[in-house]
Amino acid sequence: MSALVEIRGVTKVYRRGGESIEALHGVDLDIGRGEFVALMGPSGSGKTTLLNLIGGLDRPTAGSLTVDAQRIDQLGGGALARWRAASVGFVFQFYNLLPVLSAQRNVELPLLLTDFPAAERRRRALIALTLVGLRDRARHRPRELSGGQEQRVAIARAIVSDPLLLVCDEPTGDLDRATAAEVLGLLQTLNREHGKTIVMVTHDPKAAEYAGRRIHLDKGTLTAGSEAA
Amino acid sequence: MRYFPLLLAGLFRKKTRTVLTLLSVLVAFVLFGLLQAVTLAFESGADTADAKRLLTTARYSIIEPLPMAYLRRIEQVPGVVGVASADWFGAKYQNESNAFPVFAVDPRRYLDMYPEFTIAPEERARFVATRTGAVAGRRLVDRYGWRLGQRLPIASEIHPKTDGSMTWEFELVGILDAEDPAVRGNTDVVLISAAYFDEARQFGRGKTGWYIVRIADAGQARASAATIDRLFANSPDETRTQPEKEFAVGFAKQIGDIGALVTRILLAVFFTILILTGNTMAQSIRERIPELAILKTLGFSDRTVTALVLAEAFALILGGGAIGMGAATALMPAVNRSTGGRFPPLFVSPDTWLLALVVAVALALAIGLPPALRVARLKIVDALAGHR
Repeated sequence: MSALVEIRGVTKVYRRGGESIEALHGVDLDIGRGEFVALMGPSGSGKTTLLNLIGGLDRPTAGSLTVDAQRIDQLGGGALARWRAASVGFVFQFYNLLPVLSAQRNVELPLLLTDFPAAERRRRALIALTLVGLRDRARHRPRELSGGQEQRVAIARAIVSDPLLLVCDEPTGDLDRATAAEVLGLLQTLNREHGKTIVMVTHDPKAAEYAGRRIHLDKGTLTAGSEAA
Repeated sequence: MRYFPLLLAGLFRKKTRTVLTLLSVLVAFVLFGLLQAVTLAFESGADTADAKRLLTTARYSIIEPLPMAYLRRIEQVPGVVGVASADWFGAKYQNESNAFPVFAVDPRRYLDMYPEFTIAPEERARFVATRTGAVAGRRLVDRYGWRLGQRLPIASEIHPKTDGSMTWEFELVGILDAEDPAVRGNTDVVLISAAYFDEARQFGRGKTGWYIVRIADAGQARASAATIDRLFANSPDETRTQPEKEFAVGFAKQIGDIGALVTRILLAVFFTILILTGNTMAQSIRERIPELAILKTLGFSDRTVTALVLAEAFALILGGGAIGMGAATALMPAVNRSTGGRFPPLFVSPDTWLLALVVAVALALAIGLPPALRVARLKIVDALAGHR
């Protein structure tokens, strides 16, 4: 399997109130194309920091980060934003949908950055909603949906522009066990049937079982990795 | 257009707040439109002044008369192409409250001085030919329901007739009007024949109130004025000659500096709007920091998100401003009716609309830029983690 994500010697240092905090220390990691990887570790281990770097939301203090042969650590602000729009889908713990927009409008958001006309944007958004089983909730606003449905709308928004990579930060952290299983099943389907590369942060071992590979971090360093059975 | 739903979503996230903000902006611009119209009405004399017209009055007071013989001497001044005299009659019509200016003039000379006034050629000819004739401004005619050919009994506060009577009778032979609404306010007068007036009055014969002087070159206004005043220096009736605009501004300022007063009121109004709307806008953006961070996460550039925030400020201010100015314009006929025509006609001029646009753009920038720049500087990971 060829590597989609290549991380070499990545260090991330935060400065808060004159204090330096090293969140990641010399991390080396490859993530293959079509892999479903779970990043695990205790709070403060650096897993969300690593996910943010992979998703192009932040830049490393040192080291290199290559995604699909592109050094994203060297991209400027505007180029990085364009890269995120084209290459990455994001799923967050608290869904982060815009409350005043309908499910369909929320899903359409990434497509506003493309040249698609309005009708095509609408069509693609409805396809994405159909894929997550929420075609009939297209006109509903987030507050009219359950937590699981909101997260599925967020997943539809993440996949609507057909990105290379899905990055998911505790996508089931706010869901009950049954709903979490539905959402994880959906991510697994996207990975297995649609070939999406997924990097998911979780501290829930049950959730991590859906991934093909589990990577552990502690104090900013990779400690172990394991393949799924 | 593709971001329009996002703009609307941002604006109407809290409908009540947005509607109230829009209303406050609207009221501010209604006030702006009305007060600018008042300023314009007061300054219309100056604004419509002709740069080639000079006014010659007595040196120390406009109420001091000047000899009629000055007319021929002023005509001789190089650069002067026409002279007309005018005298103050001091009129009341029917009762004390119906006061309007009545000027005793040489019909032909006076109307030649003011080409911006319109009068039908046959009415003008009748005015020239009729010694007791009078022409009146359209608004006065409408206000009092006068008809051409009607006898107008007008009482003078100053000039008794030779028989001691203060009531004069004139025949309405023409109606004055103007195309430009700013000039129309200057037609709220009745003009009577100076020849008849001078012959029939008990005192003050051979004198007039002031002269209107037309010159060939506006660039020579100062020099011509100085030449005229030198002609009568050290005489019992010294003169003061000024460009018409200067005269009009000075005359308006006798009531008070309306322009400065209005400017101060409007500054207070817009400063209040700036504080209130700016605070509301900042609060609205603060509440939406996570949503704006999500837009950035999805790939919206700093520039696009900044433009969205600025567009909200522009939509609020320009929208409220346009409705407010529209309302002010729509209110003008009612306001003009309520003054009973005793005030120069109020109207919202194209210049006022342009000024409103400039004010609105400046306000929108002042209100929108601080939160927009804050959003531009927003770090996604900090915003998502709750560090704002």
